[in-house]
Amino acid sequence: MKRSKTMEFGVGLFMLAGILGLVFLGLRVSGLSLSAPTDTFRLEANFANIGGLKPRARVTMAGVTVGRVEAIELDTDWYDARVILRLDSDLEGQLSQDTTAAILTAGLLGEQYIGLSVGGAPEMLEDGDTIRDTQSALVLEELIQQFVSNMASS
Amino acid sequence: MQSKFKQGATQITRLGRKGCDAMEALGRAGVFLGQSAVGIPSREGWRLWLRQMHFVGVLSLAIVLVSGLFIGMVLALQGYTILVDFGAEQALGQMVALSLLRELAPVVAALLFAGRAGSALTAEIGLMKATEQLTSMEMIGVDPLRRVVAPRLWAGFVALPILTVGFSVVGIWGGYLVGVEWLGVFEGSYWSNMQASVSFINDVGNGMIKSLVFAVVVTWIAVFQGYDLVPTSEGISRATTRTVVYSSLAVLGLDFVLTAVMFGGL
Repeated sequence: MKRSKTMEFGVGLFMLAGILGLVFLGLRVSGLSLSAPTDTFRLEANFANIGGLKPRARVTMAGVTVGRVEAIELDTDWYDARVILRLDSDLEGQLSQDTTAAILTAGLLGEQYIGLSVGGAPEMLEDGDTIRDTQSALVLEELIQQFVSNMASS
Repeated sequence: MQSKFKQGATQITRLGRKGCDAMEALGRAGVFLGQSAVGIPSREGWRLWLRQMHFVGVLSLAIVLVSGLFIGMVLALQGYTILVDFGAEQALGQMVALSLLRELAPVVAALLFAGRAGSALTAEIGLMKATEQLTSMEMIGVDPLRRVVAPRLWAGFVALPILTVGFSVVGIWGGYLVGVEWLGVFEGSYWSNMQASVSFINDVGNGMIKSLVFAVVVTWIAVFQGYDLVPTSEGISRATTRTVVYSSLAVLGLDFVLTAVMFGGL
Protein backbone atom coordinates (compact mmCIF):
# COMPACT_ATOMS: atom_id res chain seq x y z
CA MET A 1 0.00 0.00 0.00
CA LYS A 2 2.81 2.37 0.94
CA ARG A 3 4.58 1.61 -2.29
CA SER A 4 1.46 2.27 -4.32
CA LYS A 5 1.07 5.68 -2.65
CA THR A 6 4.57 6.78 -3.61
CA MET A 7 3.93 5.52 -7.13
CA GLU A 8 0.76 7.58 -7.38
CA PHE A 9 2.67 10.57 -6.09
CA GLY A 10 5.36 10.02 -8.72
CA VAL A 11 2.82 9.82 -11.54
CA GLY A 12 1.09 12.95 -10.28
CA LEU A 13 4.39 14.78 -10.16
CA PHE A 14 5.18 13.56 -13.67
CA MET A 15 1.94 14.91 -15.09
CA LEU A 16 2.30 18.17 -13.22
CA ALA A 17 5.80 18.52 -14.66
CA GLY A 18 4.33 17.99 -18.12
CA ILE A 19 1.79 20.79 -17.62
CA LEU A 20 4.42 23.12 -16.17
CA GLY A 21 6.68 22.32 -19.12
CA LEU A 22 3.90 23.26 -21.52
CA VAL A 23 3.37 26.53 -19.64
CA PHE A 24 7.11 27.22 -19.92
CA LEU A 25 6.98 26.53 -23.66
CA GLY A 26 4.03 28.89 -23.97
CA LEU A 27 5.25 31.80 -21.87
CA ARG A 28 9.01 31.75 -22.14
CA VAL A 29 9.63 30.14 -25.52
CA SER A 30 6.76 31.36 -27.67
CA GLY A 31 6.31 34.63 -25.80
CA LEU A 32 2.60 34.41 -25.06
CA SER A 33 1.55 36.84 -22.39
CA LEU A 34 -1.17 36.32 -19.83
CA SER A 35 -2.58 39.81 -20.23
CA ALA A 36 -5.66 40.13 -22.39
CA PRO A 37 -4.75 40.79 -26.02
CA THR A 38 -7.55 43.34 -26.47
CA ASP A 39 -5.70 46.48 -25.35
CA THR A 40 -4.25 47.29 -28.76
CA PHE A 41 -5.24 49.47 -31.69
CA ARG A 42 -4.73 49.13 -35.39
CA LEU A 43 -2.84 51.26 -37.89
CA GLU A 44 -2.12 50.70 -41.55
CA ALA A 45 0.87 51.70 -43.59
CA ASN A 46 1.60 51.27 -47.28
CA PHE A 47 5.14 50.48 -48.36
CA ALA A 48 6.53 50.36 -51.89
CA ASN A 49 8.66 47.38 -50.90
CA ILE A 50 8.62 45.47 -47.63
CA GLY A 51 11.77 43.43 -48.32
CA GLY A 52 11.77 40.49 -45.90
CA LEU A 53 9.25 41.80 -43.37
CA LYS A 54 7.09 39.04 -41.90
CA PRO A 55 3.86 38.95 -39.89
CA ARG A 56 4.58 39.06 -36.12
CA ALA A 57 7.62 41.25 -36.72
CA ARG A 58 8.28 43.90 -34.05
CA VAL A 59 7.16 47.50 -34.30
CA THR A 60 9.50 49.74 -32.36
CA MET A 61 9.76 53.34 -31.35
CA ALA A 62 13.16 54.61 -30.28
CA GLY A 63 14.13 50.94 -30.03
CA VAL A 64 11.32 50.04 -27.62
CA THR A 65 8.88 47.41 -28.84
CA VAL A 66 5.42 48.97 -28.98
CA GLY A 67 3.55 46.47 -31.13
CA ARG A 68 3.62 43.82 -33.83
CA VAL A 69 2.88 43.45 -37.51
CA GLU A 70 -0.49 41.74 -37.74
CA ALA A 71 -0.81 41.10 -41.46
CA ILE A 72 0.75 41.98 -44.78
CA GLU A 73 -1.24 42.07 -47.99
CA LEU A 74 -0.94 43.35 -51.52
CA ASP A 75 -2.90 46.55 -52.12
CA THR A 76 -4.27 46.12 -55.64
CA ASP A 77 -5.23 49.81 -55.97
CA TRP A 78 -1.65 50.99 -55.82
CA TYR A 79 0.24 47.70 -56.24
CA ASP A 80 2.18 48.20 -53.07
CA ALA A 81 2.21 46.35 -49.75
CA ARG A 82 -0.34 47.22 -47.09
CA VAL A 83 1.00 46.38 -43.64
CA ILE A 84 -1.43 46.22 -40.74
CA LEU A 85 0.09 47.08 -37.36
CA ARG A 86 -1.18 46.35 -33.86
CA LEU A 87 0.11 48.87 -31.35
CA ASP A 88 -0.29 49.16 -27.58
CA SER A 89 -3.38 51.16 -26.73
CA ASP A 90 -1.26 53.51 -24.57
CA LEU A 91 -0.16 55.09 -27.85
CA GLU A 92 -3.66 55.62 -29.21
CA GLY A 93 -4.10 59.33 -29.86
CA GLN A 94 -0.46 59.97 -28.99
CA LEU A 95 1.07 59.60 -32.47
CA SER A 96 0.86 62.61 -34.76
CA GLN A 97 -0.53 62.38 -38.31
CA ASP A 98 2.91 62.79 -39.83
CA THR A 99 4.50 59.88 -37.97
CA THR A 100 6.92 58.03 -40.24
CA ALA A 101 7.24 54.26 -40.47
CA ALA A 102 10.47 52.76 -41.80
CA ILE A 103 11.42 49.12 -42.36
CA LEU A 104 14.76 48.55 -40.64
CA THR A 105 17.05 45.56 -40.27
CA ALA A 106 18.54 44.29 -37.02
CA GLY A 107 22.19 43.74 -37.79
CA LEU A 108 23.47 42.87 -41.24
CA LEU A 109 21.40 39.74 -41.78
CA GLY A 110 18.98 39.96 -38.88
CA GLU A 111 15.21 40.09 -38.86
CA GLN A 112 13.42 43.11 -40.28
CA TYR A 113 11.20 45.28 -38.14
CA ILE A 114 9.31 48.55 -38.35
CA GLY A 115 10.62 51.68 -36.68
CA LEU A 116 8.20 54.53 -35.98
CA SER A 117 9.27 58.09 -35.38
CA VAL A 118 6.89 60.85 -34.36
CA GLY A 119 6.38 64.05 -36.32
CA GLY A 120 5.07 67.40 -35.14
CA ALA A 121 1.56 67.72 -36.58
CA PRO A 122 -1.21 68.62 -34.13
CA GLU A 123 -3.67 65.97 -35.43
CA MET A 124 -3.25 62.50 -33.96
CA LEU A 125 -3.59 59.03 -35.53
CA GLU A 126 -6.64 57.09 -34.35
CA ASP A 127 -7.61 53.42 -34.57
CA GLY A 128 -7.74 52.32 -38.23
CA ASP A 129 -5.85 55.30 -39.65
CA THR A 130 -3.12 55.00 -42.25
CA ILE A 131 0.44 56.20 -41.82
CA ARG A 132 1.19 58.29 -44.91
CA ASP A 133 4.91 58.79 -44.58
CA THR A 134 6.70 55.48 -45.06
CA GLN A 135 10.16 54.37 -45.98
CA SER A 136 10.66 51.05 -47.76
CA ALA A 137 13.07 48.32 -46.86
CA LEU A 138 16.61 48.56 -48.16
CA VAL A 139 17.02 45.92 -50.81
CA LEU A 140 20.64 44.94 -51.17
CA GLU A 141 20.43 44.26 -54.92
CA GLU A 142 19.06 47.74 -55.62
CA LEU A 143 21.81 49.34 -53.56
CA ILE A 144 24.47 47.40 -55.43
CA GLN A 145 22.88 48.29 -58.77
CA GLN A 146 22.86 51.97 -57.84
CA PHE A 147 26.47 51.77 -56.72
CA VAL A 148 27.58 50.02 -59.91
CA SER A 149 25.77 52.47 -62.22
CA ASN A 150 27.24 55.40 -60.27
CA MET A 151 30.71 53.91 -60.69
CA ALA A 152 30.10 53.41 -64.41
CA SER A 153 28.93 56.99 -65.02
CA SER A 154 31.70 58.68 -63.06
CA MET B 1 10.17 -25.55 -68.92
CA GLN B 2 7.16 -26.98 -67.20
CA SER B 3 8.93 -27.16 -63.84
CA LYS B 4 10.26 -23.65 -64.19
CA PHE B 5 6.78 -22.37 -64.83
CA LYS B 6 5.55 -24.24 -61.80
CA GLN B 7 8.32 -22.77 -59.68
CA GLY B 8 7.39 -19.27 -60.80
CA ALA B 9 3.78 -19.95 -59.97
CA THR B 10 4.73 -21.09 -56.46
CA GLN B 11 6.72 -17.91 -56.00
CA ILE B 12 3.71 -15.83 -57.00
CA THR B 13 1.47 -17.85 -54.70
CA ARG B 14 3.86 -17.30 -51.83
CA LEU B 15 3.96 -13.56 -52.53
CA GLY B 16 0.19 -13.45 -52.57
CA ARG B 17 -0.02 -15.37 -49.30
CA LYS B 18 2.43 -12.96 -47.71
CA GLY B 19 0.33 -10.04 -48.85
CA CYS B 20 -2.81 -11.67 -47.45
CA ASP B 21 -1.02 -12.38 -44.14
CA ALA B 22 0.13 -8.77 -43.89
CA MET B 23 -3.41 -7.52 -44.57
CA GLU B 24 -4.82 -9.91 -41.98
CA ALA B 25 -2.31 -8.75 -39.39
CA LEU B 26 -3.19 -5.13 -40.12
CA GLY B 27 -6.87 -5.92 -39.77
CA ARG B 28 -6.27 -7.80 -36.50
CA ALA B 29 -4.24 -4.83 -35.24
CA GLY B 30 -7.04 -2.42 -36.11
CA VAL B 31 -9.74 -4.49 -34.44
CA PHE B 32 -7.42 -4.97 -31.47
CA LEU B 33 -6.89 -1.22 -31.08
CA GLY B 34 -10.60 -0.55 -31.41
CA GLN B 35 -11.56 -3.21 -28.85
CA SER B 36 -8.99 -2.28 -26.24
CA ALA B 37 -8.92 1.51 -26.46
CA VAL B 38 -12.67 2.05 -26.00
CA GLY B 39 -14.72 1.62 -22.87
CA ILE B 40 -14.84 3.63 -19.69
CA PRO B 41 -12.17 2.41 -17.27
CA SER B 42 -13.42 1.14 -13.93
CA ARG B 43 -11.87 2.15 -10.63
CA GLU B 44 -9.63 -0.88 -10.86
CA GLY B 45 -8.67 0.08 -14.43
CA TRP B 46 -7.63 3.50 -13.16
CA ARG B 47 -5.17 1.89 -10.72
CA LEU B 48 -3.75 -0.33 -13.47
CA TRP B 49 -3.34 2.72 -15.70
CA LEU B 50 -1.54 4.52 -12.90
CA ARG B 51 0.90 1.65 -12.46
CA GLN B 52 1.63 1.62 -16.20
CA MET B 53 2.06 5.39 -16.22
CA HIS B 54 4.69 4.93 -13.56
CA PHE B 55 6.49 2.28 -15.56
CA VAL B 56 6.13 3.79 -19.03
CA GLY B 57 6.32 7.48 -18.15
CA VAL B 58 8.08 8.20 -14.89
CA LEU B 59 10.79 5.60 -15.35
CA SER B 60 11.46 6.77 -18.94
CA LEU B 61 11.94 10.31 -17.71
CA ALA B 62 15.64 9.94 -16.94
CA ILE B 63 16.77 8.74 -20.36
CA VAL B 64 14.53 11.22 -22.19
CA LEU B 65 15.66 14.21 -20.15
CA VAL B 66 19.37 13.36 -20.36
CA SER B 67 19.10 12.86 -24.13
CA GLY B 68 17.20 16.13 -24.44
CA LEU B 69 19.86 17.99 -22.51
CA PHE B 70 22.66 16.67 -24.68
CA ILE B 71 20.78 17.21 -27.94
CA GLY B 72 20.02 20.80 -26.96
CA MET B 73 23.67 21.37 -26.08
CA VAL B 74 24.93 19.86 -29.33
CA LEU B 75 22.41 21.89 -31.35
CA ALA B 76 23.61 25.09 -29.73
CA LEU B 77 27.27 24.22 -30.30
CA GLN B 78 26.78 23.21 -33.94
CA GLY B 79 24.41 26.08 -34.63
CA TYR B 80 26.81 28.59 -33.11
CA THR B 81 29.74 27.55 -35.29
CA ILE B 82 27.55 27.94 -38.40
CA LEU B 83 25.72 31.12 -37.40
CA VAL B 84 28.84 32.94 -36.23
CA ASP B 85 30.14 32.87 -39.81
CA PHE B 86 27.20 35.04 -40.81
CA GLY B 87 27.38 37.21 -37.73
CA ALA B 88 23.95 35.94 -36.80
CA GLU B 89 24.63 34.19 -33.51
CA GLN B 90 21.71 36.08 -31.96
CA ALA B 91 19.47 33.74 -33.92
CA LEU B 92 20.80 30.78 -31.90
CA GLY B 93 17.79 30.63 -29.57
CA GLN B 94 15.42 30.64 -32.51
CA MET B 95 17.31 27.82 -34.20
CA VAL B 96 17.53 25.64 -31.10
CA ALA B 97 13.89 26.15 -30.14
CA LEU B 98 12.41 25.64 -33.59
CA SER B 99 14.42 22.53 -34.39
CA LEU B 100 13.58 21.02 -31.02
CA LEU B 101 9.88 21.88 -30.99
CA ARG B 102 9.10 21.04 -34.59
CA GLU B 103 11.31 18.05 -35.23
CA LEU B 104 13.76 16.68 -32.73
CA ALA B 105 11.73 16.48 -29.55
CA PRO B 106 8.77 14.53 -30.98
CA VAL B 107 10.92 12.22 -33.08
CA VAL B 108 13.80 11.47 -30.70
CA ALA B 109 11.51 11.13 -27.70
CA ALA B 110 9.36 8.68 -29.69
CA LEU B 111 12.40 6.64 -30.76
CA LEU B 112 13.71 6.50 -27.21
CA PHE B 113 10.23 5.63 -25.99
CA ALA B 114 10.02 2.76 -28.48
CA GLY B 115 13.36 1.43 -27.27
CA ARG B 116 12.84 1.99 -23.58
CA ALA B 117 9.14 1.33 -23.04
CA GLY B 118 7.82 -0.24 -26.25
CA SER B 119 10.14 -3.22 -26.24
CA ALA B 120 9.41 -3.85 -22.55
CA LEU B 121 5.65 -3.76 -23.19
CA THR B 122 6.02 -6.31 -25.99
CA ALA B 123 8.19 -8.62 -23.91
CA GLU B 124 5.88 -8.39 -20.89
CA ILE B 125 2.66 -9.11 -22.76
CA GLY B 126 4.43 -11.73 -24.85
CA LEU B 127 5.60 -13.59 -21.76
CA MET B 128 2.07 -13.38 -20.35
CA LYS B 129 0.85 -15.02 -23.52
CA ALA B 130 3.61 -17.64 -23.56
CA THR B 131 2.93 -18.64 -19.97
CA GLU B 132 -0.80 -18.75 -20.79
CA GLN B 133 -1.73 -16.06 -18.30
CA LEU B 134 -3.89 -14.36 -20.91
CA THR B 135 -5.79 -17.56 -21.63
CA SER B 136 -6.37 -18.25 -17.96
CA MET B 137 -7.66 -14.71 -17.50
CA GLU B 138 -10.17 -15.33 -20.23
CA MET B 139 -11.14 -18.56 -18.51
CA ILE B 140 -11.99 -16.86 -15.24
CA GLY B 141 -14.00 -14.30 -17.15
CA VAL B 142 -11.59 -11.37 -17.16
CA ASP B 143 -11.13 -9.70 -20.52
CA PRO B 144 -7.34 -9.47 -21.09
CA LEU B 145 -7.86 -6.66 -23.57
CA ARG B 146 -9.38 -4.47 -20.88
CA ARG B 147 -7.31 -5.77 -17.98
CA VAL B 148 -3.85 -5.98 -19.58
CA VAL B 149 -3.86 -4.09 -22.85
CA ALA B 150 -6.04 -1.01 -22.31
CA PRO B 151 -4.10 0.45 -19.34
CA ARG B 152 -0.83 0.05 -21.22
CA LEU B 153 -2.20 1.68 -24.36
CA TRP B 154 -3.62 4.66 -22.50
CA ALA B 155 -0.50 5.07 -20.40
CA GLY B 156 1.54 5.26 -23.59
CA PHE B 157 -0.86 7.77 -25.19
CA VAL B 158 -0.53 10.11 -22.22
CA ALA B 159 3.12 9.56 -21.31
CA LEU B 160 4.85 10.25 -24.61
CA PRO B 161 3.48 13.79 -25.13
CA ILE B 162 4.54 14.67 -21.57
CA LEU B 163 7.98 13.21 -22.19
CA THR B 164 8.19 15.26 -25.40
CA VAL B 165 7.42 18.46 -23.50
CA GLY B 166 10.15 17.57 -21.01
CA PHE B 167 12.58 16.87 -23.84
CA SER B 168 11.93 20.30 -25.41
CA VAL B 169 12.20 22.20 -22.15
CA VAL B 170 15.44 20.52 -21.12
CA GLY B 171 16.85 20.84 -24.65
CA ILE B 172 16.17 24.57 -24.78
CA TRP B 173 17.77 24.92 -21.35
CA GLY B 174 20.78 22.91 -22.57
CA GLY B 175 21.06 25.22 -25.58
CA TYR B 176 20.97 28.15 -23.17
CA LEU B 177 23.78 26.63 -21.09
CA VAL B 178 26.05 26.16 -24.07
CA GLY B 179 25.07 29.21 -26.10
CA VAL B 180 24.76 31.83 -23.37
CA GLU B 181 26.81 30.57 -20.44
CA TRP B 182 29.67 29.05 -22.38
CA LEU B 183 29.87 30.67 -25.84
CA GLY B 184 28.72 34.10 -24.73
CA VAL B 185 25.66 34.77 -26.86
CA PHE B 186 23.76 37.71 -25.33
CA GLU B 187 21.08 36.28 -23.06
CA GLY B 188 18.41 38.79 -24.06
CA SER B 189 18.74 38.02 -27.74
CA TYR B 190 18.67 34.25 -27.07
CA TRP B 191 15.21 34.52 -25.50
CA SER B 192 13.76 37.43 -27.48
CA ASN B 193 14.66 35.99 -30.88
CA MET B 194 13.09 32.74 -29.76
CA GLN B 195 9.93 34.47 -28.59
CA ALA B 196 9.67 36.50 -31.78
CA SER B 197 9.83 33.46 -34.03
CA VAL B 198 8.17 30.61 -32.12
CA SER B 199 4.41 30.53 -32.44
CA PHE B 200 2.55 28.60 -29.77
CA ILE B 201 -0.11 27.20 -32.12
CA ASN B 202 2.08 26.49 -35.14
CA ASP B 203 5.24 25.24 -33.48
CA VAL B 204 4.42 23.99 -29.99
CA GLY B 205 0.94 22.86 -31.01
CA ASN B 206 2.02 21.01 -34.12
CA GLY B 207 4.88 19.39 -32.21
CA MET B 208 2.36 18.15 -29.66
CA ILE B 209 0.09 16.78 -32.40
CA LYS B 210 3.09 14.97 -33.86
CA SER B 211 4.03 13.44 -30.55
CA LEU B 212 0.43 12.37 -29.89
CA VAL B 213 0.38 10.58 -33.26
CA PHE B 214 3.72 8.93 -32.49
CA ALA B 215 2.46 7.91 -29.04
CA VAL B 216 -0.56 6.14 -30.55
CA VAL B 217 1.53 4.43 -33.24
CA VAL B 218 4.42 3.31 -31.02
CA THR B 219 2.26 2.03 -28.17
CA TRP B 220 -0.11 0.34 -30.57
CA ILE B 221 2.71 -1.46 -32.37
CA ALA B 222 4.37 -2.49 -29.09
CA VAL B 223 1.26 -3.85 -27.43
CA PHE B 224 -0.05 -5.55 -30.56
CA GLN B 225 3.28 -7.25 -31.27
CA GLY B 226 3.22 -8.62 -27.73
CA TYR B 227 -0.39 -9.78 -28.02
CA ASP B 228 -0.01 -11.34 -31.45
CA LEU B 229 3.35 -13.11 -31.19
CA VAL B 230 4.15 -16.81 -31.49
CA PRO B 231 4.24 -17.89 -27.83
CA THR B 232 7.78 -19.25 -27.69
CA SER B 233 10.99 -17.73 -26.39
CA GLU B 234 12.14 -17.17 -29.96
CA GLY B 235 8.81 -15.60 -30.81
CA ILE B 236 9.17 -13.14 -27.93
CA SER B 237 12.64 -12.07 -28.97
CA ARG B 238 11.52 -11.62 -32.59
CA ALA B 239 8.47 -9.65 -31.58
CA THR B 240 10.57 -7.36 -29.37
CA THR B 241 12.92 -6.68 -32.27
CA ARG B 242 9.99 -6.09 -34.60
CA THR B 243 8.50 -3.59 -32.16
CA VAL B 244 11.62 -1.44 -32.18
CA VAL B 245 12.15 -1.72 -35.94
CA TYR B 246 8.52 -1.12 -36.93
CA SER B 247 8.00 1.74 -34.51
CA SER B 248 11.21 3.48 -35.56
CA LEU B 249 10.29 3.20 -39.23
CA ALA B 250 6.71 4.26 -38.59
CA VAL B 251 7.83 7.28 -36.55
CA LEU B 252 10.33 8.46 -39.15
CA GLY B 253 7.99 7.86 -42.08
CA LEU B 254 5.00 9.49 -40.41
CA ASP B 255 7.21 12.38 -39.36
CA PHE B 256 7.89 13.18 -42.98
CA VAL B 257 4.21 13.04 -43.87
CA LEU B 258 3.17 15.16 -40.89
CA THR B 259 5.92 17.70 -41.54
CA ALA B 260 4.88 17.98 -45.18
CA VAL B 261 1.28 18.60 -44.12
CA MET B 262 2.06 20.99 -41.24
CA PHE B 263 5.04 22.98 -42.46
CA GLY B 264 5.10 22.25 -46.20
CA GLY B 265 3.05 25.37 -46.94
CA LEU B 266 5.28 27.74 -44.96
